[in-house]
Amino acid sequence: MEAKVDARGLSCPQPVMLTRKAIQEAGGREVVVLLDSMTQVQNCTRAAEKLGWTAACTPKGAEFELTLRK
Amino acid sequence: MTRARDFFASTAGIVVVGLVLGGLAASLQKLGNPPNMGICVACFTRDIAGALGLHRAGAVQYLRPEIPAFCLGAFVAALIFGEFRPRTGSSPIVRFLLGMFAMIGALVFLGCPWRAMLRLAGGDWNAVLGIIGLVVGIGIGVAFLKKGFSLGRSYPTRTVAGLAMPFVMAALLALAVFYPRLGDNAALFLTSKPAPPAPAPPGAAHAPLLASILIGLVVGFLAQRTRFCTVGGIRDLILMRDAHLLSGVVAFAVAALAVNLALKQFHPGFTLGVNPEGKPIMQPAAHTVYWLNLAGMVLAGLSFTLAGGCPGRQVFLAGEGDGDAAIFVLGMLTGAAASHNFLMVGNGPFAPHIVVIGLVIVLLIGILGREKLGLSR
Repeated sequence: MEAKVDARGLSCPQPVMLTRKAIQEAGGREVVVLLDSMTQVQNCTRAAEKLGWTAACTPKGAEFELTLRK
Repeated sequence: MTRARDFFASTAGIVVVGLVLGGLAASLQKLGNPPNMGICVACFTRDIAGALGLHRAGAVQYLRPEIPAFCLGAFVAALIFGEFRPRTGSSPIVRFLLGMFAMIGALVFLGCPWRAMLRLAGGDWNAVLGIIGLVVGIGIGVAFLKKGFSLGRSYPTRTVAGLAMPFVMAALLALAVFYPRLGDNAALFLTSKPAPPAPAPPGAAHAPLLASILIGLVVGFLAQRTRFCTVGGIRDLILMRDAHLLSGVVAFAVAALAVNLALKQFHPGFTLGVNPEGKPIMQPAAHTVYWLNLAGMVLAGLSFTLAGGCPGRQVFLAGEGDGDAAIFVLGMLTGAAASHNFLMVGNGPFAPHIVVIGLVIVLLIGILGREKLGLSR
């Protein structure tokens, strides 16, 4: 079961903070981050990659699902 | 399009854009903007408040076209790249207050974070105090963020709500172009040029209209693409040792310094020597009350951090359709008027009072904004 983060509508830097926290608590499980702006997709991708994770973004209507894997 | 998007999102991209923005800012000074004030979101918003008649400080009344051009440049970039997203609902009234106090703090130092970099790049060492204050203020903001501070979520809204601020900015730009003077004591107000050799007050110093508009549009476009943010740069370094945004800010300062050196706009010192009467000559639009330079920027840095970004970033976000950032910008406009009307600017008589009051209020916002406090449901 993957860890889910809903960071839609949050201001900088909260989406990145939530993403980092989820990664640290995931214990290697997949993390799915729900976002609604390309800026936050880029920020969270950068943060995840810095921690050695890979990020894949799937657009869902006007929103994005960012799947993070170790 | 994807390749352009990827480049702008990269660290190389933001460094290149930082260099371009810094070079353009210093060039605007050569073109006529006030010294060490090629771009200052605080000062320019204050000048706009003066032009509209929201304050009566005769030396700083000019409808700066750069600010509306920033917003419209970001608006165009957001439209082209599919990022125009009308949204609102994240504590707008709190953001209004944060905008007011961010502006009030910045005007005690006499400059926003952008101008702090430009003052440093021009050799004004008082900027060091301001930047230290800025870092301290952002550090306090980061502590609140770590404790769970949040202004809550924004939600998608009607297109018309997202268009409102770009529309207002377009109207301001039209006013800047046509500059209607409706009467002796009516808008638009305009600082009059003194007879030479008296130096021009800030409101009478400006680059040619077309240059200001074009450069403003370019700055807005590039900053929207790269998410350039002075406060975010320092915040991310403190919060998570991430230097991505900061690398753009450093590039901005370095390019401004290089252009200043090339154009002989670099004059180092806390002051520029003494005049024949033995009085110190101040750096342009600066004062030397160290603690106020520092404390003003503590207030500004904390307010910007709680609101999620620097004044430039708020203007660009407003261009993307962010209604909460638009409210923050209106708060800045109001704060600028209050600063002058209540003599709180620079080392003015009530600057110390408002810095203390502002810090108390914004610290309270930080404490009350922690989600787990339980006051709100």
